[in-house]
Amino acid sequence: WGTYWTLPATMSVAGSRLLHLNELLRQSSRTVVGVSSKIISRERYQSKLVVHKVSISCCSSVLQTFDKILIANRGEIACRVMKTCKKMGIKTVAVHSDVDSSAVHVKMADEAVCVGPAPTNKSYLNMDAILEAARQTGAQAVHPGYGFLSENKEFARRLAAHGVTFIGPDTHAIQAMGDKIESKLIAKKAKVNTIPGFDGVVKDAEEAVRIAGEIGYPVMIKASAGGGGKGMRIAWNDEETREGFRFSSQEAASSFGDDRLLIEKFIDNPRHIEIQVLADKHGNALWLNERECSIQRRNQKVVEEAPSTFLDPETRCAMGEQAVSLAKAVQYSSAGTVEFLVDSKKNFYFLEMNTRLQVEHPITECITGLDLVQQMIRVAKGYPLQHRQADIPINGWAIESRVYAEDPYKSFGLPSIGRLSQYQEPVNIPAVRVDSGIQEGSDISIYYDPMISKLVTYGSTRAEALQRMEEALDNYVIRGVTHNIPLLREIITHPRFVSGDISTKFLQEVYPEGFKGHQLSDSERWELLATAVALFVAAQLRSQRFLGNLSDELETCSHVCLPGNSLVCRFLQVDLDGKRVDVSSEWNLASALLPVTVNGTQRTVQCLSRSASGEIDLQYLGTSYKLRVLSKLAAALNKHMPEKVPEDTSSILRSPMPGSVVAVSVKAGDTVAEGQEICVIEAMKMQNSMTAAKTAKVRPYSSALSSL
Amino acid sequence: MAALKVVRSGSRLLNGFQSLLNNPRKVTCGVAATVTKHPRWYCVSHLSVQERIERKRKAALSGGGQQRIEAQHRRGKLTARERVELLLDPDSFVEYDMFVEHRCSDFGMEADHNKDFTVFGGSLSGAHAQKICKIMDQAMMVGAPVIGLNDSGGARIQEGVESLAGYADIFLRNVMASGVIPQISLIMGPCAGGAVYSPALTDFTFMVKDTSYLFITGPDVVKSVTNEDVTQEELGGAKTHTAVSGVAHKAFENDIDALLNLREFFNFLPLSNKDSAPITECHDPSDRLVPGLDTVVPLETTKAYDMLDIIHGIADEREFFEIMPNYAKNIVVGFARMNGRTVGIVGNQPKVASGCLDINSSVKGARFVRFCDAFNIPIITFVDVPGFLPGTAQEYGGIIRHGAKLLFAFAEATVPKITVITRKAYGGAYDVMSSKHLRGDVNYAWPSAEVAVMGAKGAVQIIFRGKENQAEAEAEYVEKFANPFPAAVRGFVDDIIQPSMTRKRICRDLEVLASKKQANPWKKHANIPL
Repeated sequence: WGTYWTLPATMSVAGSRLLHLNELLRQSSRTVVGVSSKIISRERYQSKLVVHKVSISCCSSVLQTFDKILIANRGEIACRVMKTCKKMGIKTVAVHSDVDSSAVHVKMADEAVCVGPAPTNKSYLNMDAILEAARQTGAQAVHPGYGFLSENKEFARRLAAHGVTFIGPDTHAIQAMGDKIESKLIAKKAKVNTIPGFDGVVKDAEEAVRIAGEIGYPVMIKASAGGGGKGMRIAWNDEETREGFRFSSQEAASSFGDDRLLIEKFIDNPRHIEIQVLADKHGNALWLNERECSIQRRNQKVVEEAPSTFLDPETRCAMGEQAVSLAKAVQYSSAGTVEFLVDSKKNFYFLEMNTRLQVEHPITECITGLDLVQQMIRVAKGYPLQHRQADIPINGWAIESRVYAEDPYKSFGLPSIGRLSQYQEPVNIPAVRVDSGIQEGSDISIYYDPMISKLVTYGSTRAEALQRMEEALDNYVIRGVTHNIPLLREIITHPRFVSGDISTKFLQEVYPEGFKGHQLSDSERWELLATAVALFVAAQLRSQRFLGNLSDELETCSHVCLPGNSLVCRFLQVDLDGKRVDVSSEWNLASALLPVTVNGTQRTVQCLSRSASGEIDLQYLGTSYKLRVLSKLAAALNKHMPEKVPEDTSSILRSPMPGSVVAVSVKAGDTVAEGQEICVIEAMKMQNSMTAAKTAKVRPYSSALSSL
Repeated sequence: MAALKVVRSGSRLLNGFQSLLNNPRKVTCGVAATVTKHPRWYCVSHLSVQERIERKRKAALSGGGQQRIEAQHRRGKLTARERVELLLDPDSFVEYDMFVEHRCSDFGMEADHNKDFTVFGGSLSGAHAQKICKIMDQAMMVGAPVIGLNDSGGARIQEGVESLAGYADIFLRNVMASGVIPQISLIMGPCAGGAVYSPALTDFTFMVKDTSYLFITGPDVVKSVTNEDVTQEELGGAKTHTAVSGVAHKAFENDIDALLNLREFFNFLPLSNKDSAPITECHDPSDRLVPGLDTVVPLETTKAYDMLDIIHGIADEREFFEIMPNYAKNIVVGFARMNGRTVGIVGNQPKVASGCLDINSSVKGARFVRFCDAFNIPIITFVDVPGFLPGTAQEYGGIIRHGAKLLFAFAEATVPKITVITRKAYGGAYDVMSSKHLRGDVNYAWPSAEVAVMGAKGAVQIIFRGKENQAEAEAEYVEKFANPFPAAVRGFVDDIIQPSMTRKRICRDLEVLASKKQANPWKKHANIPL
C-alpha cells in the first residue's frame, strides 16, 4: 500500500511552484478574457451602431428592422432570440410567469413583463396578457420561439390586428401546414412525396379501429394540431389503437385545446430527416440542407446532426427542391422545417411542416453560417432573402445533444425536477456552443419542458465534431437534478451511431432491455478503480495537511519530506490484483471536474460525492458509478457488517415525479394484475401510466381529479 | 503539541477491491509510534518474567478469546481492538494498563490510549473505571481529546458499590474535562444504567444503527414498572435518540461507517481549549462566487427553501458535517470549513416549521454554540426566523426558559461571530440569533432580509386595530420594514451583500477576526438558565 512519488522532492518543489504560477496565470488570464470579451462585445455593438448609421445613408432599407421585439417564450430559445436581437441592436422584451421572474431570459431582456402564474395556459399561452405586454412596452414585433404560441394562427392573427409583426409565416401558411390532413393534401398537390394510406379526422375509438384496419397495421395515431412527438402513439392491433386513441385525444385536448386526431400508415424502420427552408415575402425560398434527427425516444429527438451521413447530393437536392416547392405552394415566409421520413432505399415521404424555428436549428447555423433568427427578423420586416441557393454551403459537421433533466434509465428519460445546485457549461472547449436558459441555482420545475440545454459541437469532419461532443459531455457539470448525459454519451460513442447506421428505432434496437448505462470493459474497469483509489489517497493525504504555524514541524517530523506546506502528490501507481495502473492528476479536490491521466489516457472524470465511509461516486465515461474504497483493514472487517435489507417497494406505487392525477383506472374492490394501469399522472405535459407492481385488490380510496 | 497534530488523521491507504497500492514507503507520519515503540516495561530481562509478560499480552490481545470475537462479529459488531485499529492512524495506538487484572471476563474491556487519542470502552468494573480515569487524567494534562467507544452492559452487579464508585469517578472526570478537551462518545452496543451518563456528559454522542442502545433501564424493567411494552430499539435505539429524545447527535450505518465518520469528524476539532480551530489545506478558492445563492431565497416570503443549499453553497467543497440532522430540524447546526478553517454553522431551517425557534431547537442550538465557544471555533449564523413558536405546548414546556439558553449562549460567546440574515429576522428571535446587539462581529443582510418586530399582517392588525384600509397599511408596513434598510441605517447590520458574494465576505472576515480577543468579566461560572 502507499503512494509512490516519481519526482524527487526538489523537483516537486519546483513543480508545485510552477503549478501555482500556472494557476495564477490561468486565473488571471481567465479574468482578463472575461473582461476583454465584454469590452469587445460592447465595441462590436457600438461599431455595429456606427455601421448602421453609415449604411443608412447609402442603403437605409437594408438593416433597419425593428426597435423592440417581444419574445413570447421562455428558457433557452428566448435567450437564443435575444442574443441575435442584441447583435442587431434591437431592444428586447421578455414575458414570464411568476415563478420565472428571476429566470435567465428575464435578466437578459431589456424589459420584462409578468404574464401570469406558473401553468403555461395561464402565462405563456395567455394571448391576452402577451398582447397587452406588447402594447404596454411598445414592441413592434413578437418572436414566438418554438412551442407555446409559435404555431398558433389565432395568435398571429390577433397580433396582426394590433399592428404587431409576428416573426414567422403568415396565418394562412400556419393554418395550412398546422393541420396534418390539409398539409398532406397541399403537399400532394405540390408534387411532394407523401406517406400512402392516411385518412381523416377521428370521432371515437371504434372509428379509430376501423380506420386502422383499413390502412393496415402498424398505424400511428396523433393529434392533428400537435407538433413534434407529443400525443403520438403507434398501434400494432385494435387494442392498442383504442388505448392510443384515448391517450392521444386526452393529450391533444390538454396541450392544444383541440382533440382531433390523425391515423396514418406507420413506416417501419425509417430515418427522420428534415429540410430547413427559408422563404421571404417576395416568393423566394431556399433550402438550407438537412438535419438528421433519427435518434429519438418516444418520438422526441435526442441527438441531431447536420448534414446526414445517409443522403447523397442527389437525394438532398431532390428533398430540398420538394421542400421549397411546398413552401412556395403555401406562400411561406420566414424559417420553416419540412420533415421527411426516409426509408432504407432513400425513398422519402413528407411527414409534416413545422412553421416555426426548430429546436435543433443551431446545427444548420453551424454548417451554413447563417443566423436563422436574424434571417427571420429580416424576412418579417419584409426584406428579400440575401442569399441564393448556390450560396448555401455545407461547411463541416455539427452535432447537437439535447441535455435534459430526466432519468435516462427509465424508458430513455423520465423528467426529473430539482434545483441546479452546481452547473457549469463546457464552454471553454473550442467549437462548442451551449444554448441554455438556466444557470446555477435555477429550478427545473414541473411546469415546463425539462430541457437543460442544447449542446452543439462543430468540427471540420464528423469525427472531429463527435470527439468534441465526447469531451464536452465529460466536462459538463450538472448537479441537483438527474440528467441524460449518460445516455447522450453512449449514443455518440456507439459503433452504430459512429458508422452512421441509425434509424428512429436506434434506441429500442441498441438497448432492447432499456438503457443501463455504460458497460465497462476490463481495461475501463481497471481505469475506474485506479482513479477512485488515487482520488481516495489524494483526499486522505490532504486531510493530514494542517496549515498555519505547523508547517515547519510538519516537514521535519514526518517520514516523508514535504516540499513546503503544499504536498501535491501527482503521480500514483496503483496495484490492482497485480496489475499496475499509473494515475496522475493535479487533484484539485474542490473542483467538480477532475482531469486525470490513467495509463497515458487523458480523461475528465467528475467526482459526484465522496463520503467519510469511503463511498465515492464517479462520473466516468458519462455514467456515474458508485464505488467504495476502504483501507485494507476496513475492507477485511467489512464482511462482518450486517447487510441492511432495503425496503420492499413492490407494494408501494410512487409517482416518479410530482404531477396531477388525471385519470384513475381502477375502482374499489377491483383486483389488479401485475402491470395493470392504476392511474395516470400528468406532469410536464406528459401523461404517465402508473401500473401495479404486483397483483392486489383495491381498497376504497378517495381521489380528486385535477381539472388542469 | 504541534507534532501530535500530524498524526490526527493518517490512514491506511488501501481499498476495498481486494487490491492494493504499491508500497514503496509509508506515508503516514507515525510520530507517536516511533516515540513509544518500545514501552518501558518491555525491557525486562528476566526470562521467566518475560515469558509471563508475553503470555499475558497475548491473552489480552485476543480479548475474550476467539469464540467471543466470533460471537461479536456475528452480531455485526467489531471487537474493541478492531475498532481502535480502524479509528486510529496505523501504528499510532499504544495501550496502557494491559496488565491490570480484569475481575470480570469480557472482551473489549480495555482502556486504551495513545498520546493523541484516548479511547475507553467496554463494560464497567472497578478496575476498568480506574483505567479510564487514568487515561482521562493524562488526556487533560496534555490537552488531547477523549473518544469513548461504548459497548457496555452497565454496572457489574457483582462488584456492587465499587462499580458505582467507578462510574462517579468517570463522571467527575467527564465534568472536569468538559470545555477543556473535546469529549466524544460513540455508542457501539448496549449502554444502560449508570453507564449512559458518561456519554451524556460528553460533547458529542454518536450511535450505530440497529446495534446500539442507550437507556436508563431496559425493556424488562420498563415492563415491570410501568407495564409498557417496548422494544430495545424503540426505547433507546439510534432512531429514538437521534430523532425523538435528542440524546444522541448522529447515527451511522454500522461500526465501520461510524468509525470512519468519526475520523472525519475529529478533523474538525481542535485538540483542546488552548488550541485554535484547525486549518486544513483547502483547494476551494476563498473568493469563489456562488451564483446559485442569488436565487435560493424564493420571491414569495411565505415559500420555504432549504437552508442546507446555502450552507453547502458557501462551505469549502460543499462539505458540512451536520450535528443532530434528525432532531429539531427547524434549526441546522454543524461543522464546515471556510478557507480550510473549521467553523460552526447555525442556521434556521425555513423548510421545517418555517424555521421558527421552539424548545428543542433552542436547546440544540445553544449546546452547539457553547461547544464552539469553548473550543475557539468561529460561529456563522444564517438567520431566517419568523419568531418563537407560540402556543400552550411551548409555553407549558417552558419556551421562555429554553429560548433563553440560546440567547445566553450567543451572548456569552467570545469567538468570532458572523451573522447573515437571509430573509426574516422577526421579534425576539432576531435578537437571539447572534444579532449585533449580542456582540456579533460582522452582521450581514441579504437584499431579501426583513428585520422587524413582526410580519406585516400581524403588525398592521395590532397597530391599526379596528381601522379601515388595513391592506394599505400593510403595504406601507412592507415598504417601510420588510427590507434590510431600517436595520442597516442604524448599523445593526454592517452591510447589505449580494448573496453570491457571501462566501468571499465571510472568508475575508474570518481572516480578520482570527486574532479576535474578547473576555467576559471574571466569574466562577455563569448561571445559564438550565
